[in-house]
Amino acid sequence: MELQDKLLSSYVAFENKVDINSDVHEIRSEAFKNFEALGFPTKKLEAWKYTSLKSVLKQDYSLFPNKDVAVELADVKQYFIHEIDSYKVVFIDGKYSSFLSQTTHDQYDVCLMSSALSSPKYKETIDKYFNKIAKQDNLTSLNTAFATEGAYINIPKNTVVKKPIQIINFTTGSETATMVQPRNLVVVGENAQVQIIERHQSLNSNPVLSNIVTEVFADKASNVDIYKIQNDEETASLVDNSYIEQKSNSVVSVHTFSFGGNITRNNLNFYQKGEHIDSILKGVTIIEGKQHVDHHTLVHHIEPNCESHQDYKGIYDERSTAVFNGKVIVEKEAQKTNAYQQNNNVLLSDKATINAKPQLEIFADDVKCSHGCTIGQLDDDALFYMQQRGIPEKQGKGLLMFAFANTVLESVKIPEVKQRITKLIANKLGVNIGFDL
Amino acid sequence: MLKIENLQAEIDGKAILKGLNIEVKAGEVHAIMGPNGAGKSTLASVIAGKEEYEVTGGNIELNGEDISELAPEERAHNGVFLSFQYPVEIPGVSVTNFIKTAINETRKAKGLEDMPAKDMLKMIREKSELLEIDRKFLGRSLNEGFSGGEKKRNEIFQMAMLEPKLAILDETDSGLDIDALRIVANGVNKLKSKDNAVIVITHYQRLLDYIVPDFVHVLHDGKIVKTGDASLALELEAKGYDWIKQELV
Repeated sequence: MELQDKLLSSYVAFENKVDINSDVHEIRSEAFKNFEALGFPTKKLEAWKYTSLKSVLKQDYSLFPNKDVAVELADVKQYFIHEIDSYKVVFIDGKYSSFLSQTTHDQYDVCLMSSALSSPKYKETIDKYFNKIAKQDNLTSLNTAFATEGAYINIPKNTVVKKPIQIINFTTGSETATMVQPRNLVVVGENAQVQIIERHQSLNSNPVLSNIVTEVFADKASNVDIYKIQNDEETASLVDNSYIEQKSNSVVSVHTFSFGGNITRNNLNFYQKGEHIDSILKGVTIIEGKQHVDHHTLVHHIEPNCESHQDYKGIYDERSTAVFNGKVIVEKEAQKTNAYQQNNNVLLSDKATINAKPQLEIFADDVKCSHGCTIGQLDDDALFYMQQRGIPEKQGKGLLMFAFANTVLESVKIPEVKQRITKLIANKLGVNIGFDL
Repeated sequence: MLKIENLQAEIDGKAILKGLNIEVKAGEVHAIMGPNGAGKSTLASVIAGKEEYEVTGGNIELNGEDISELAPEERAHNGVFLSFQYPVEIPGVSVTNFIKTAINETRKAKGLEDMPAKDMLKMIREKSELLEIDRKFLGRSLNEGFSGGEKKRNEIFQMAMLEPKLAILDETDSGLDIDALRIVANGVNKLKSKDNAVIVITHYQRLLDYIVPDFVHVLHDGKIVKTGDASLALELEAKGYDWIKQELV
């Protein structure tokens, strides 16, 4: 059966397991109808012109994996940033793992979407925020239709979350193929601060499709940093739909590190609803083989005096393919907007491809918007310079690529995350960087 | 130390070096002067092993070994150092990390362990003081946003760290003010010993007031056409190159 039909026909069974008389289920049903009408995106859609899900959708996914698989901490420790004390919200095949998690309700809530959706205590927040900024497009609707589990984070105003929060979705491959649809909600109050690290990881090479939706609400003067680590098996595909709404004077950064996976699609959307907002979108992509990474970003400047900074770097080897589509909309009212977008790419092979497309829609007249896009090879003069100083060609190339990607890491605020990413990059490029950072 | 015989080299099919001979012994300083386009920088690049240049004849021997087929890094490991006329900017790698990598790669090629961090730091401190380099400067990305003088000082700093047998200074004086020139020349002089050799490639006599050569060669149209002592540089400064070209006719 086609995946779409399978999803549609499984909905009755799904409804038997959830409270269908809730407000949330009304939202789900609405989204289900939406997906029923839209179906999966195809290359005919402009937004999916360079990314085909066809091969991914052919797999016979288990939609509600239900085997209890014991996962030992020792086996998965490497996927955590374990050098730091942190809150952890961990899922195994879409189900919460209390054993691997460390949640809290003390000063703030770092817990589960399933409890937030069912407990009256959270109803007000859910009513106010759940599915309020997520687009009604195909894949987001599909996620909403089946939304039951994920991370729920609610930080009250004037609160600094003491340690980073790690959200990790493991898939065990206990079924031949697994589809998971985590749903996260992050509400950050006025003048509050939080740092989040996100990772998807399959534990063997059975195919996985993750279709995740995360909504983030950053109230006035709040500060949110999100780090997405995408370094999965070559059989794991990921569609990450992130929606971020910012109020005045807030600063939100999202760093996306895409180092592996089958097809990875990042839909990252920022909506600026206030003044003096800063939105930071950064990414490093390093892929090879037949891997595919697609970054679709949107920054919607709605009010005056705001900034956005985008910096995406990519290194592509062998037959890997990539897309960068960066859309910036500056509304007529959004005067004095500063919007920067930078996308630099290095192709290491004749067979690798990058489709880069900056898309600027500017309706205000007093704005500074810049965008730059480069596609190139490594600089031969720089390589000769390094060789002249005794650094062998292979090391030199690695160091040059490392240096190229490294500038994106400057804005990573958690030193242990920076160190981990640095190591991942060095491993990925096969370079012994020969020094500590 | 260095023996070049009948060296011929071309780039994109255009002959630049046309039978060049030079011999440099340990402990000596040689200056190579000549008009624009004579082939001075090409000679430096060919000795260092830049791939764009094709050696079509002759040979380059370093301490009795033919190095003309070696990769640039292998030549570096054998003690060849080239101070670039235009040092390349490498954003994202600090001066310190770059030189550490260079030293340890050179040691690795010789079958040695990495230099202990303590020794490395001590050496960096000593050599940066010699070149009057600020510590903050060492943490900056290599050559990125450096002034002309800073770039050249950084080249000589790296030379001091790597302790080459043969140092080729390609137009190291260009872009330097008089203070920077004095610091750079002073650094080179302190590094000079009876066991190493220096080739100074320059357009002007100015640098040779500070780094006094044992021999001065005039390079013209891909060949050494005249060799003398330090006084030849003064003569060239006063009279230009035209008289040599006329002598050749």
